[in-house]
Amino acid sequence: MPSQTRDAAIVGIHEYPSRSVGADMSALRIKAECAIRALEDAGLTTKDVDAIYECGEEGAVHAGIPSTPEYLGITANITDTTMTGGSSFEFQAAHAKRAIASGKAHVALLTYGSTMRRGGTALGSAGRSYAAGFPHPVVNLEEPWGLTLVGDYAMVARRHMHDYGTTSEQLAEISVATRLHATRNPQAVQAMTDLAFKGTGELTIDDVVSSRVIADPLHMLECCMISDGGGAVVIASASVARGCRQKPVWVLGGGEAIKYPENGGDITTSAAARSGPMAFGEAGVRPDEIDVATLYDSFTITVLTVLEDLGFCKKGEGGSFAQNDRLRFDTPAKPALNTDGGGLSSNHPGMRGIFLLIEATRQLRGQSSSQVANAKLAVASGLGGRLGSRHAAGTVVLGAD
Amino acid sequence: MSDVPRPLPNLAELDTRPFWEAARQHELRYQVCNACSGVVFYTRRHCPHCMSFDLRWETSKGKGAVYTFTIIRQIGHPFFRARAPYVVALIDLDEGFRLMSHVIVDKDAVDSVAVGQRVRVAWEDYDEVSLPVFTPA
Repeated sequence: MPSQTRDAAIVGIHEYPSRSVGADMSALRIKAECAIRALEDAGLTTKDVDAIYECGEEGAVHAGIPSTPEYLGITANITDTTMTGGSSFEFQAAHAKRAIASGKAHVALLTYGSTMRRGGTALGSAGRSYAAGFPHPVVNLEEPWGLTLVGDYAMVARRHMHDYGTTSEQLAEISVATRLHATRNPQAVQAMTDLAFKGTGELTIDDVVSSRVIADPLHMLECCMISDGGGAVVIASASVARGCRQKPVWVLGGGEAIKYPENGGDITTSAAARSGPMAFGEAGVRPDEIDVATLYDSFTITVLTVLEDLGFCKKGEGGSFAQNDRLRFDTPAKPALNTDGGGLSSNHPGMRGIFLLIEATRQLRGQSSSQVANAKLAVASGLGGRLGSRHAAGTVVLGAD
Repeated sequence: MSDVPRPLPNLAELDTRPFWEAARQHELRYQVCNACSGVVFYTRRHCPHCMSFDLRWETSKGKGAVYTFTIIRQIGHPFFRARAPYVVALIDLDEGFRLMSHVIVDKDAVDSVAVGQRVRVAWEDYDEVSLPVFTPA
C-alpha cells in the first residue's frame, strides 16, 4: 500500500436543515449560518480560518472576488474560487488538503448556499440559458436543438442501454435505494413534504419506471429535486484536528478531471474514470474496500456511470451491480449509496457536491440516519456540468481513524 | 404556436461563422487539418490534435448514423414546448465528426428512432440561417 498521508481532516460539517427557505433567508445568509454552525461543530471560530473556498454562487460584489471573508470577518491566506458546478466542493476539498499539507493553511472553510427553488429555476427542463451577446462556439452550434439538461444525461442512458443492455428497472434501483435512505432522514422527509412530492414513502421499481418520462429513457423519479439549501465543511491540519470536538475524518486522496465530447468518443464513460483512480491512488485504497459511496445523483444514470468509472464494477456492469438492493445501507454488500437520501430524495439546490462530503463525514463519525455498521472508508464523487457532453468530476476518498 | 422564436445561431461568432454561412447554402461543413489530417469539429481556428493553424474546410455528404438520442417530452421554452415530443440526437457523420441535431419524424413516430439508425441531412430554413437536421435514410 502506498504511504497514506493523514495530514488534513474534515472536522466540522453543517447542512442547512430546510430545503424551502423563507423570505428571511438569502444564499449569503445560508452560507454564513452554515459556516458558523460547521465551525461550532469543530470547536473552532472564524478567527481560526486561514483558507477560504467558495464558488461565488450567491453573487459577488465584484465578479470573482469572494464575499464570505468580509461577511464573516475572516482573514485568509489561501483563497480558492474553483467553480466546477456540482463537483466544485470535491475539487475544493482536494485543494484544501494540498494547501494544508504544504503548511500554508491550517483551517479551511468551504461554504455553499442557494435559493434555487424559491427562485423558480426549472433547472432540468428549462433548456439552455439564452445569454445575450457573443456566444461560445459550442453554444452557437447546440442552442438551436432544445436539448434540456435531463435530455443530455438521457443520451448517456440511451447509449448505455444500447451498448450494455442496461434497463430502466436497473437504473430504478438507484432511486429505490436512495428513497429508502431518505425515509430514515427527517430532514429529507421534511424536504419531500415541503417540495410537495406525491409520496414521501419508499418506492418500488415499478413506481419509478411507471412515472412520467421527462426525456427518454429517464423518468421523473430518476431526476433529482430542485431545492433551496446549503452547507459548510471545515477541513483542518492534523495538529488542529487533534484539538477539535469531533473525530477527524481524514481526506486521504483527491482526483479532478474534465471531460468533453470527442469525435468517435464514448459517451458512457465519465471524467470520474480519471478522477477516481487518482483519488484512490493517492489514498492507497481500493474501491472494494469502500464502505460508503456518496455519488452525485443528479439522475440515476449519473450514479450508474460513476459506480463503473470509480471501479466498483466493470464498464457496462453497473446495471447488474445496482440490483438486488445492493446499494442499501443495511446489506452486507458494499458500498452503501447516498445514505442521506441524495439529490433524488433529500437535497439538491443546484450544486450538491458539499452534501456528498457532509454525509460521508457523518458516516465515518457514526452519525448517519442510515448508519453503515463500522464504516471506515468512504468515497465522495461529484459531477458538475452535463454528463453527456462537458462535465467535471471530483473524487475524494475519506477515512476514519 | 408560440410567439417566442427558436434560439438561432449568432452569425457573428468567429469559430462557427463559416459553418453557418455554408449551412445557408445547404452545405454541411467541417474542418480537416492540413498538418496532421485530423478531423476538427466543432469548428475553430486551430487544430486541437497538433496545434497547427493550417485547417481546410470540407463539405460532408451529410450521411451518418445516430450515435445516441433522447426524446424531449418536457421543456420550458415555448418554441420547443410546442414542438415536443422531438428527437435530439448525436449524429456520427461518415467523415468522422459528431454533431448534435434533430432526427425529424412525425410526433407519433418518435419511438421509431434507434441507436445506429442511418440518417441523412435535410435543412430547416429561417430568415437568415438554415439548420441542418436529419431524416431517416
